Amino acid sequence: MTNQINFTIDGQEIVAQEGQNILDAALANDIYIPHLCHHPDLKPVGACRLCGVEIDGGHMTMSCLEPVREGIDVRTDSPVIYQARKIAIELLIADHHMDCLACAAAHDCDLLTVSAYMGVQPERLERLRKTERDLPIDTSNPFFQFDPNKCVICGICVRTCDEIVGLGALGFIDRGVSTVVGTFGNKPFVESVCESCGECVVRCPVGALAPKKPEFAAREVQTTCVYCGVGCGIYLGISGDEVVSVRADRERPTNEGSLCVKGRYGFNFINHPDRLTKPLIKKNGEFEEAEWDEALELIASKFAESKGEKFAALASAKCTLEENYLIQKFTRAVMGTNSVDHCARL
Amino acid sequence: MTNSIKEIDGAKTIFVIGANTTNAHPVIGQRMRRAAQNGAILLVANPKEIDLVRVAHTFIQPKPGSDTALLMGMCRYILDKDLQDQAFIDEHCENFDEFKASLDAFTPEFVEEITGVPWEQVAKVAHTYATNKPAALFYAMGITQHSHGTDNVMAVANLALLTGNIGKESTGVNPLRGQNNVQGACDMGGLPNVYPGYQNVTIPENKAKFEKAWGKLMSDKVGLTHTEIFDAIYEGKVTALYMVGENPLLTEANAKHVREALENPDLFFVAQDIFLSETAQLADVVLPAASFAEKDGAITNTERRVQRIRKAIPPRGDSKPDWWITSQIAQKMGEHGFDFSAPSEIMDEIASVTPIYGGISHERIEEVGLQWPCRDENDPGTQYLHKGKFARPNGKGQFVPLEYKQSAEIVDAEYPLILTTDRSLYHYHSATMTRRVAGLEELDSNEWLKLSPADADQFGIEDGEWVEVYSRRGKVKVRAQVTDVCPTGVCSMTFHFHESPTNEITNPALDPVAKIPETKVTAVRVEKVS
Repeated sequence: MTNQINFTIDGQEIVAQEGQNILDAALANDIYIPHLCHHPDLKPVGACRLCGVEIDGGHMTMSCLEPVREGIDVRTDSPVIYQARKIAIELLIADHHMDCLACAAAHDCDLLTVSAYMGVQPERLERLRKTERDLPIDTSNPFFQFDPNKCVICGICVRTCDEIVGLGALGFIDRGVSTVVGTFGNKPFVESVCESCGECVVRCPVGALAPKKPEFAAREVQTTCVYCGVGCGIYLGISGDEVVSVRADRERPTNEGSLCVKGRYGFNFINHPDRLTKPLIKKNGEFEEAEWDEALELIASKFAESKGEKFAALASAKCTLEENYLIQKFTRAVMGTNSVDHCARL
Repeated sequence: MTNSIKEIDGAKTIFVIGANTTNAHPVIGQRMRRAAQNGAILLVANPKEIDLVRVAHTFIQPKPGSDTALLMGMCRYILDKDLQDQAFIDEHCENFDEFKASLDAFTPEFVEEITGVPWEQVAKVAHTYATNKPAALFYAMGITQHSHGTDNVMAVANLALLTGNIGKESTGVNPLRGQNNVQGACDMGGLPNVYPGYQNVTIPENKAKFEKAWGKLMSDKVGLTHTEIFDAIYEGKVTALYMVGENPLLTEANAKHVREALENPDLFFVAQDIFLSETAQLADVVLPAASFAEKDGAITNTERRVQRIRKAIPPRGDSKPDWWITSQIAQKMGEHGFDFSAPSEIMDEIASVTPIYGGISHERIEEVGLQWPCRDENDPGTQYLHKGKFARPNGKGQFVPLEYKQSAEIVDAEYPLILTTDRSLYHYHSATMTRRVAGLEELDSNEWLKLSPADADQFGIEDGEWVEVYSRRGKVKVRAQVTDVCPTGVCSMTFHFHESPTNEITNPALDPVAKIPETKVTAVRVEKVS
């Protein structure tokens, strides 16, 4: 058990854990401090210069980098802080491509949140000498795209690939106003070591890294991934009667919020037109559609002729426990043989 | 897995042998890479230079089929240097002297010759695993898919026992299971020798227990395994097959034989699937099943965690959940004991006859699941096995003396290369699902024969050109990719692509105990397509 730290933010009494930083403590207590480069899964870096606070009336300090201390008095706003933040946010917005209505991040954009909080005035942006930013959009990955014109250089994607995925496919390229995020040698994503897991996409605070298809779900259902034996916890996003998205379950100990490319993006087979929708019975070498009753009657009569060692069943590592239980129960109790196996060895 | 996925974070040494984690279990691969960044020593043994090697501290490249020699060589080094956990061995293990005597054959010279790994590297890996504890060992089908796969697994267990790296947090013998519910299909008795919960069918008390529970007389004879079923169909001994959610034409070794068997006109073949797979096309009746998003139930992952799946959308068309279909067939045959209205009722029956699932119910696994053994409703489940004492009748871990056995096929003048199979990050098994996801197909759309630059030179193969790969069972046509990932003498293919059905040429030689085919070692030759 870590020690509790008592201090105040804007006069509000706060109880935090030792080792926590001021920004996390504020957010945990529903106190907003503007920020763009902070993510709870990642080590703080203080890059965006937006989360500045004053402690005990002293100089401004970045709240994401400052640990909580007993008895301190934190101010999240002052004329000095306001001025510093305003310059930082105006510089970020000045050359940002603003097609907010069509932007995949519109409903969840940290840049819009900060702008709204700061009351950014478009006319003030006009006085800035804007850089012409018309960089090519990388659409090489089939599931997501990277639009550097919307990037705020927060580095969350770079740190995610490094700290969460352990891959390091992304880095910063060039310096100063020319800085962009890119792969090694600034090649298209698909030509890099990128594994398309999308961990950077889900953490991007703006619309720079965004899914190619809209993923807005009307409702979600908690379940478990269909692919490998890791058994990642997921939420299926549903629109109408179709699965439109997959989101990782952060509470499940198996994956704690992580997913791979198959788990996150490999769900469209569910709605594929090749899905079998009717029982099929082969007649004269061709399949013909049948009703369930006809198919089940035929199977029941044929299986009845092959009881005992003339029967075998292959259960499925893709079916549920309950289904596998029934298949082996059927084989043993109804058909009278132990010849039931599945692909465990393949 | 004896231990849990999350315990990777606490391991000081992570030893991955015969597993391509970042491709086949990517989220565990991510966790291993994170652990390596945070200070764990990552050791990788694999015939191929897999992606995980990029962050490994030590990488050794044993020849395919040489794992028993490598692991027993490591044991020998550990004993020679007196690095074993003698107190653990004395208190918790048996058969140590017999095991120790069997190490005499594994001299450094012998191990070097068989594995192709210099002894100092064997020693380095062994030294780290034995001294930088806790050490967790992970393996997958690179260890098991051999005609001596059982020996390989025993060798892994010997190493863990010798160093006391078992029965404690962040240690363990951790096989990474493939499919999302392959662990559960085994747990449920989807195996020819055991009832649910690994209760052997040949033990009279078990038979009596299930006859009472199910109200039917049952056989005490061990049934046929996967590979044996197709032999029996071919020979006309099995005349009806009920196949649920499988595609052995792409996944079974020597798949041509599977096709020949299923084409037997006397066979009545029922296939139940979500797609008309290559294998289902040969069926007499095909039943449309609901996908995982369209039904309720539970599945068990590689760390024995029983987790829920939930119905999110209605089944497509007239497709039905598999549990409903099997129940209907039984009821049409006039049988009782299959009138379930929901999977939760089936789970309650499972709990009543399966001691390791005794405390599992849908209600208890709503949020994060439970890890078996979970014997009653108050049991919180089991994070890691063999704590304090081993889960054997006498509570002791058993050392197993081993000798080296070579693979069933070895290279010769006619078939000079070893073909080993692996998996792509972008596809799953026979790829009936993943190849119907346009983006995954775009990222990986065809099979590649990977082979080393030296072998490409020797056999006159250019990168990207079409070749034919011949084994003693046939040939497949595939494009060649010349890459340093494969060492000289070893080539590899996945088995996801029906256009290049790799398993038509792999070796069906079986391990005598586990009956697993030797798909990791097939002798082949590669020729240009003229």
